[in-house]
Amino acid sequence: MTAFGTAAGRPLQGRGGSPGFRFTVYAALAVVIMYLDQRAHYLEPARYALQSAAYPIQLAVNSPPTAWRWLRESFQSRESLRAENERLRAHQRDLELLAMRYAALAHENGELRGLREALPPVAERWLPAEIINIQLSGLRQRLLIDRGASNGVFKGQAVLDDRALIGQTTHVGPWSAEVILITDPEHAVPVRIERTGLRTIAVGAGDGSSLALPYLPANADVRGGDLLLTSGLGGVFPEGYPVARVSEVHRDAVQPLAQVRAAVLSHIDSDTEVMLVWFREGHPAAPASTAASGADARSGSPAMQPLAAPPRPAAAPRPDTAVAAASPPAPARAAAPPPRAAAPKPRAGPQAPVPAAPGGENPAAVIEAAAPPGDSPPPADTPADQPQVPPR
Amino acid sequence: MVTVGQMRFRITLTALVALILTVLPLPVWLDALRPAFLVLTVLYWSINTPRAGGIGLGFACGLMLDVFQGPVLGEHALALSIVAYIAVREHQRIRSKPAFQQSLLVFAALVFYEFVVFAIDGWTGHPVTSPLRWLHCLTGAIIWPPAAAILSYSEGRPA
Repeated sequence: MTAFGTAAGRPLQGRGGSPGFRFTVYAALAVVIMYLDQRAHYLEPARYALQSAAYPIQLAVNSPPTAWRWLRESFQSRESLRAENERLRAHQRDLELLAMRYAALAHENGELRGLREALPPVAERWLPAEIINIQLSGLRQRLLIDRGASNGVFKGQAVLDDRALIGQTTHVGPWSAEVILITDPEHAVPVRIERTGLRTIAVGAGDGSSLALPYLPANADVRGGDLLLTSGLGGVFPEGYPVARVSEVHRDAVQPLAQVRAAVLSHIDSDTEVMLVWFREGHPAAPASTAASGADARSGSPAMQPLAAPPRPAAAPRPDTAVAAASPPAPARAAAPPPRAAAPKPRAGPQAPVPAAPGGENPAAVIEAAAPPGDSPPPADTPADQPQVPPR
Repeated sequence: MVTVGQMRFRITLTALVALILTVLPLPVWLDALRPAFLVLTVLYWSINTPRAGGIGLGFACGLMLDVFQGPVLGEHALALSIVAYIAVREHQRIRSKPAFQQSLLVFAALVFYEFVVFAIDGWTGHPVTSPLRWLHCLTGAIIWPPAAAILSYSEGRPA
C-alpha cells in the first residue's frame, strides 16, 4: 500500500482568503444561482451562454458513436442497400396512397366544418434534428438535440418522431436544445382517449416506455388497447397526435381512481432523428394557449364567441371555466386533472345550433369548445372533427 | 518544479477529461454504474493541491455539470463546493492515509455529495427516488486508487 500525495513542500500558493471564507462565498453564490434559476428564471441568458460553451464538448462526446455509424454505413453491402431501397420504395407507395386519401378526407372535413376550402394542415414547418445525447437513466428522461435558437427552436416546442409524440424542449441553447420526454416523471401531457373522447392527463412513469393516467375515476370508460391522442389543451401540443396505447387497466374496489398504464408509441431507443414542429397560428387544432385564446376572443373568433354569450346560463359558463383552468401557462406541470363537469351533462348536440349564430361559419369548433371536458362520453352525433392521424 | 500556471492548466485538462467521461453516452445498465469522475477529480486536487484546486475548482466543475445534467443551475456547484471544502480542510489527514482507507473516505465523501444533490433535487421539486442513484458511490470508491495514480502521474510526479 502506498500513500498518495505525501510529497512535502508544495510550491503552490494561491490567492484569496482562508478556505472557510472562500467556501462561504462560493456556497452563497451557488444558493443565489439556484434561487434565481428556480424561482425567477433570471438566468436564461447565462444558461444560454454556458450551453453554447458546452456545445463543443457535447460534439466531442458524440463523435465516437457518429464515427462508428458512418463507418458501418459506408461498409454496408450492396445487397442490404438494395433491400433497404426496396423496402423504402414500398413504404413510399403506401404513404402516397394514404396521402391521396388524406387530401380527400381533408376536403370532406373542410366541408363538414362549413368552411369554403379545406383547412391547411396544422403543422406548418418541420425540422429534423439529430439526437446528440440521451439520458435515459430511469432518473431523468432527457434528450439533447443538435438544433437550437439559431434554427428558430423555442422553449416548449413539440418534438415528434415518425410514429408519435416524444416530448418538448426545455432548455434551448444556440446550437442545441434539451428535450424532456413524455415518459419523464416530471412531465405531464393532456390527452384524449380516441375511442370515447374522454380527456385526462398522462404523467410519465419514469421507466422510459410508459405513462400513467392517475386521474381517471374507477368507473371511467377505458380499456386496454385504447389509443391516446393529444387533446390540444395546455398550450404546447397540438390536437390529435398519437401519444400512447393503454396497456393495462387495474380497478380496485376500495380505490376511487383506476390505475391505468399506457405504453408510448414512439421508439426513443432506436431513433437517431427526431422532428421539431412549428404549428400554424390560429388553426383550430393548434395548441390553445391562454394568451392566444384571449386574442381570439378580441378578434372575434367563432370558436370563442358563444362562450362569452351563453344561451343557457346554467350550463355554458362551466365549460368556459373548465377550458380556462385546464390550460395554464406552464402546461407540463399541470398536475391537476381537468375539472369534471358536474351534474347536468350539457349535451353538445342540442346546444350546437343555438350559439352558432354569431360566428356562423364554424359550428364544429363550437361543439368542440363547448363539449364538457368531463367523464361523459360525447354523444354519438358529434361530427367527425379534426384530421386524425391514422392509428397504427 | 511546476509553476502555478502549469498546474492550473493540468487541472483544467484533467477536469475536462473527467467531464467528457461523465457525459459520454453509455447504455442504461452501465450508466448507473458510472463513477462520478468529475467529483473524484475535484476530490483529488482538493486533497493534493488544496491551493490550486479546491473550492473554486469544485464550484466551476459543478456549474459545468449543472449545464449538462442539472435540473437547476447551481445544484452540483453547491454540492461540489461543500465536498471540496471538506477535502481541503482535512487534506493533510486524508493525504497520509493508505490507499484503502482513502477509498473508504472517498466513499463517505461521495455518499455525502449524492445526499446533497438528492436533497436539492427534492427541495426544488425534481425528486429522483430510485435507489440506483447511490450506486455510483461504490464504483467511485473502487476506482479511486487507480484514478488517483493516473492523476498523480498527470501532476508530474511518480505515484
